[in-house]
Amino acid sequence: MYPSGELDYIMEQKKHWQSFGELNQSAAYNKDVKDEFREELPAVEENSGWLEAKAPRRDFLKYLGFSTAAAAAAASCEIPVKKAIPLANKPEEYVPGIAKFYATTFVQDGDAVSILAKVRDGRPIKIEGNDLSPINGNGTSARVQASVLDLYDTARLRFPLINGQEATFEAVDKEAAKAIGGNVVLLTSTITSPTTREAINQFLAKNPGSRWVTYDAISYSGMLLANESSFGKKAIPSYHFDKARVIVSIQADFLGTWLSPIEFARQYAVGKKINEKQPDMSRHIHFESVPSLTGSNADEKFLIRPSETGAVAVALLSAVNGQEVTGIADAAVKKAIQKTAAALLASKGAALVVCQSNDVNVQLVVNAINQAVGANGSTINWATTLQVRQGIDADMAQLVADMAAGKVDTLLVHGANPAYTWPQANAFREALKKVKTTISFAGKLDETAELCRIVVPDHHFLESWGDAEPKSGYYSFIQPTIYPLFKTRQWQDSLLKWAGASSDYLTLLKNFWGAKLGGDTGWDKALQEGVLNPAIAAVGGASFNGAGVAAAVTAISSSKRGSAVELVLYEKIAIGAGQGTANPWLQELPDPVTRATWDNYVIVSPAMARKLLQIDLNNGGQADAYEVNPPKKVVKVTCNGQSVELPALIIPGTHPDTIGIALGYGRSEKLGKSVIGTGKNAYPFTAVEGTTVSRHQLNAEVSVTGATYPVALTQTHNRYDTEQGNRTEVMKELTLAEYKHHPTEIREERQKELEPWGGLENFEKQGTIYPVYDRPGIRWGMSVDLNACNGCGACVVACSAENNVSVVGKPEVLRGHEMHWLRIDRYYSGDMDNPNVVFQPLMCQHCDNAPCENVCPVAATNHSSEGINQMTYNRCIGTRYCANNCPYKVRRFNWADYTGADSFGDNQRGIVNDVVMEMNDDLTRMVLNPDVTVRSRGVIEKCSFCIQRLQESKLKAKKESRPLSDSDIKVACQQACPTEAIVFGNANDSHSAISISRKENPNRQFYVLEQLHVLPNVTYLAKVRNIEEKTEA
Amino acid sequence: MQSTYRLTRYFVSTFILFAGFFAGFTVKAQDGKTLFQTNCASCHQVHKKLTGPALAGVEERWPNKKNLYAWIRNSAAFLKTGDAYANNLYNEYNKVAMTAFPNLTDQEIDAMLAYIKSVPAPGAAAPGGAAVAAAAQEGDNSLLFGVLTLILAVVALTLLQVNSNLKKMADEKEGIVPEKPVSFFRNKSNIAFLSIILFLIGGYYTTKGAMNLGRSTDYQPEQPIYYSHKVHAGINQINCQYCHTGVYQGKQATIPSVNVCMNCHQAINEYKGEKLYSEDGKEIDGTNEIKKLYKYAGFVEGKPWDPSAAKPIEWVRIHNLPDHVYFNHAQHVNAGKVACQTCHGEIQKMGEVKQFSNLSMGWCVNCHRETKVQFKDNGFYSIYEKYHQDLKTGKLDSTRGITVEKIGGTECQKCHY
Repeated sequence: MYPSGELDYIMEQKKHWQSFGELNQSAAYNKDVKDEFREELPAVEENSGWLEAKAPRRDFLKYLGFSTAAAAAAASCEIPVKKAIPLANKPEEYVPGIAKFYATTFVQDGDAVSILAKVRDGRPIKIEGNDLSPINGNGTSARVQASVLDLYDTARLRFPLINGQEATFEAVDKEAAKAIGGNVVLLTSTITSPTTREAINQFLAKNPGSRWVTYDAISYSGMLLANESSFGKKAIPSYHFDKARVIVSIQADFLGTWLSPIEFARQYAVGKKINEKQPDMSRHIHFESVPSLTGSNADEKFLIRPSETGAVAVALLSAVNGQEVTGIADAAVKKAIQKTAAALLASKGAALVVCQSNDVNVQLVVNAINQAVGANGSTINWATTLQVRQGIDADMAQLVADMAAGKVDTLLVHGANPAYTWPQANAFREALKKVKTTISFAGKLDETAELCRIVVPDHHFLESWGDAEPKSGYYSFIQPTIYPLFKTRQWQDSLLKWAGASSDYLTLLKNFWGAKLGGDTGWDKALQEGVLNPAIAAVGGASFNGAGVAAAVTAISSSKRGSAVELVLYEKIAIGAGQGTANPWLQELPDPVTRATWDNYVIVSPAMARKLLQIDLNNGGQADAYEVNPPKKVVKVTCNGQSVELPALIIPGTHPDTIGIALGYGRSEKLGKSVIGTGKNAYPFTAVEGTTVSRHQLNAEVSVTGATYPVALTQTHNRYDTEQGNRTEVMKELTLAEYKHHPTEIREERQKELEPWGGLENFEKQGTIYPVYDRPGIRWGMSVDLNACNGCGACVVACSAENNVSVVGKPEVLRGHEMHWLRIDRYYSGDMDNPNVVFQPLMCQHCDNAPCENVCPVAATNHSSEGINQMTYNRCIGTRYCANNCPYKVRRFNWADYTGADSFGDNQRGIVNDVVMEMNDDLTRMVLNPDVTVRSRGVIEKCSFCIQRLQESKLKAKKESRPLSDSDIKVACQQACPTEAIVFGNANDSHSAISISRKENPNRQFYVLEQLHVLPNVTYLAKVRNIEEKTEA
Repeated sequence: MQSTYRLTRYFVSTFILFAGFFAGFTVKAQDGKTLFQTNCASCHQVHKKLTGPALAGVEERWPNKKNLYAWIRNSAAFLKTGDAYANNLYNEYNKVAMTAFPNLTDQEIDAMLAYIKSVPAPGAAAPGGAAVAAAAQEGDNSLLFGVLTLILAVVALTLLQVNSNLKKMADEKEGIVPEKPVSFFRNKSNIAFLSIILFLIGGYYTTKGAMNLGRSTDYQPEQPIYYSHKVHAGINQINCQYCHTGVYQGKQATIPSVNVCMNCHQAINEYKGEKLYSEDGKEIDGTNEIKKLYKYAGFVEGKPWDPSAAKPIEWVRIHNLPDHVYFNHAQHVNAGKVACQTCHGEIQKMGEVKQFSNLSMGWCVNCHRETKVQFKDNGFYSIYEKYHQDLKTGKLDSTRGITVEKIGGTECQKCHY
């Protein structure tokens, strides 16, 4: 069928590997997958009798005595008297124990995501997407999911400060009235709220000569300025990845961190989902230096130097204009650019090019490419602009210069944190000393607030009123979901008060919207729905002015190219610019690409590792030594007069001459326990280049220091054996061409594999000696579309939040003790230097013939008639036989008392680290879901298919005396997923989404490790990659 | 042929007519009581003044029925018409406005009036209150078994004695000298036998005792206010749901907040019913207990009440389930149609509440094994097509019905998650 060379290529593509050890079939890998437990068991000395053993007769008597005494004590104890205290005045609409959902908005710096906050008995405990929002819909991100934990952060400021001392609001207002004067500057991150702008205007009007500076830590100045030149608008348009058949990204991580990732992930999935009857999908070509989430999802990925970004854009412009490609040294990249240009031109009007660069010239060229491929007005929409980033770096540079020159008398800071994020943070700190009055509105004592004389902490967004306009014409409203926990005040109220306004912010907000929406009724409706959208989504282009392009091309051609090692500073999906550093859920979320937790590090390529670290990943022994031992070699990176020492991680898919370091780490210890000892600050490596901040450096010196530092990598945890060595029974992937050519390939493969037991049809009956059970009524099932899943990790955090999954801290992750019920496995295939990546979310598969169930000596895990593999914590005695016997390694053991559920406090002290202790604080525990048991030490736990949600939805249907419908049930991971990759429901109901999905995708569907006859209730849809059609028949 | 057809038609139409009539009639009679208890019982009694007047003879008191309808639907509006009787009534009852019931139809009101008429005056006949199904008495055969065991034991002993005597006689005959008899308590096999028996009995009681650790049947703590369910739910027939509002909707039945108590007790400020006694026989001054409520509510008699002055009452919790158990009242009361008394005992006869059931897992599971779900009435169960089929064909015993267990109600993760 295929020419032999091609077949080798295909087989190579099909071989998936999770770790380097697996690729090499190394000794350590083989031992690991065969070993019963990851850790050594407490040794029992052999060749000695029972009485002479280390736990001899005397110990036995001790235990006997203790247990008798304990039983006697327990028996004589009185049952404690508990109180039941109802409310004094119960509001009519409130029923204790029933959650209410309030539409509000997640706001963090410029980002605004419409959400529903689940409020249980007065406490917000979970965040879901608001499906009335056309921007993010149901979808959320890991950071949005985790933001509810920030509300209960013990490091939040609890009262205003003057000179570091507690003060009252009266004192603060008096002080502010006295101190605000002279040249007043208000410094904020991007603000999309129209009413906040109104409040700011009132404040500025009160102080003549004052000005407002917007500054974003990760700025898009280059793009804003380029658009001003090309389109006459200093703005960012909306993008439509859903309408693009060909997507080209140059360094832009649009699924993870670029501009509006939830929206883009949603759109992207539209083009990637496959209809089996008419298989077709969009094509995504990616150029990058350091592996990103988006690059990992690309159909084809090419590695370039960071300094080549502009050159690639210029080359692509030439190619789409039909000219010769010049200025690209690498032949493969050159060929790729020509291919890319051809693809773009073939899909003219349905093509899109995006670029991360903050260089105005590069963005000018990108604008020209988009103009040439007809994106303007089709995939790029100028009728609606994206407002989430508005900061101009030059304004900030000017402000720092003014401050240093003593030209600023009062500085008010909200959202921005230049003492940490500004390239010359030290210069900013020095300049701040020359400002007479410094006021911060930070909710926590961040690096900038620490230096301010007055701190008036702002509410958390879940305690606030407000609005946001992430896209022009698309409004999202904020309403409080809890009474403010501390003595904090909305910063808009402070501004209005100091402006001498007669009304407070809530009145302003109500009046503003009341006037637009027709009074209180309209306002109430808007608040209830949480969003206000234009009746018709406007789509349109803008007139393009290519005047600046020629100059930009010249400027790029003459710009410096790196010859040595180059450094890229990137954002992690969970940590962002540093917003997630203090959040334990986000710190413990394994980075989708590197699978590391709790740290930042230097990313190096396998090629550089050979030279620099003397580690050859193709050498089994060296790969094992690197992979098995958590301590990694520390390297010193020196650049631009700054240096930092960080451990080096070898990540395939990195350009051989590039290293990457994540921003957002190394923060002030006042932000909470999570930031202590986790990572180092990389912002000093950023630099102001021309008018914008650059996040890459040309000449970085890297040297090995000889030290090592442990990194908590989860990639090699929970490995499972697959017998055949190439994981075909775990991960199935094929190209679009193959799929079109031979749609039933996977089905036939499965049929062949199951032939000895009657094939697909009879496998269930013939593959076992157990009887086949009836499943009347309900049979829960889940399906995960690997084409839609991009690995972003929103589901993992959502699962932790919903199911009270414990944070275990870095020392425990290092020992492989992380508790996540849902993990996202990363698989590589193909070329070690630039492999293809597939992500596979793996949770308990709820096997109908579950191997864990029949090894439990106390029947703590067993099967329900609805197909759920149940786990009963109170029966569990902690033998861990089930975890050992689980072929998927999805069961988690509570090695220590992570939750404080034990009665003895000393079970935690000195055993779990400060972060875990912090999670057990009375304040932090308010985030716990009261419908889910908090597990104690010594029991196994695992995915329950969100049983509490299933029970609740069944009860809802029973109360209404009707059958269940799909709209009743959404499990946490499914609900959080921005791409709707997860489908869940009653597989017995032929009208349910899960049944329809399974019926409509017979060819891509597979079970992981199907041949074991464990009969999972989770199905996967194989990954299809749209690479160039090689095998056209 | 023709006439037969006509005859059939005649019969059929008559039948339909009668059926319709009877059906209508039954609905009416049933509804009156339910409607009265849901809407009126919290403020009115048939033969006794409560927040509002006693309702016996209400129809005769009102000049015409139309006015009565209008008054019930919206008393405030009716007062504005200046009707003398209504205004007098309003003033007589401390100007407490009656709740409006705009949704009640004439027929429904008639049904309630019919019910009011049907309730006999106390003393005249036995009160027709809610008959609560007492726990079904199981046939107790233990006495019979005991007697049988005793008889069998006596027979066995006699036979043993006879056997040993016969053996002795046989031995004597054969000339075997009998061994010197060992005394009963020295006999090793006797000692072993006795110790095993003692161990079994001791073990049984130890286990039984240990199983009761942490259980608290009959727990009846002293509450901050002597609140009598007997007075409220028993004598005055207030619907449980009036106070326990969450019972149909959520996990908790909910203990009423102070404002719910004050709905009635703003008007009812003294207790004039039969004497109340605490569990240890002390007499309780009901009026004084109401005063205690006023203290929590921050209510001064004669002055308008300001609800914001209220403080919550710290009741002592009686029914405690461990944290790892999920229990939902709505599931049982709303979906399962289980009566309150099934788990809480005859609450309408209790002064202060005491725990009726032991709330053990065995108790829960036993009930789940025996109780039928609302299999035919609740639309949710329509998805169990196979069971419906089996019931029809008789494959499943329709008298036993579909129990909670049958649909997975005894599985671990129905209550533990």
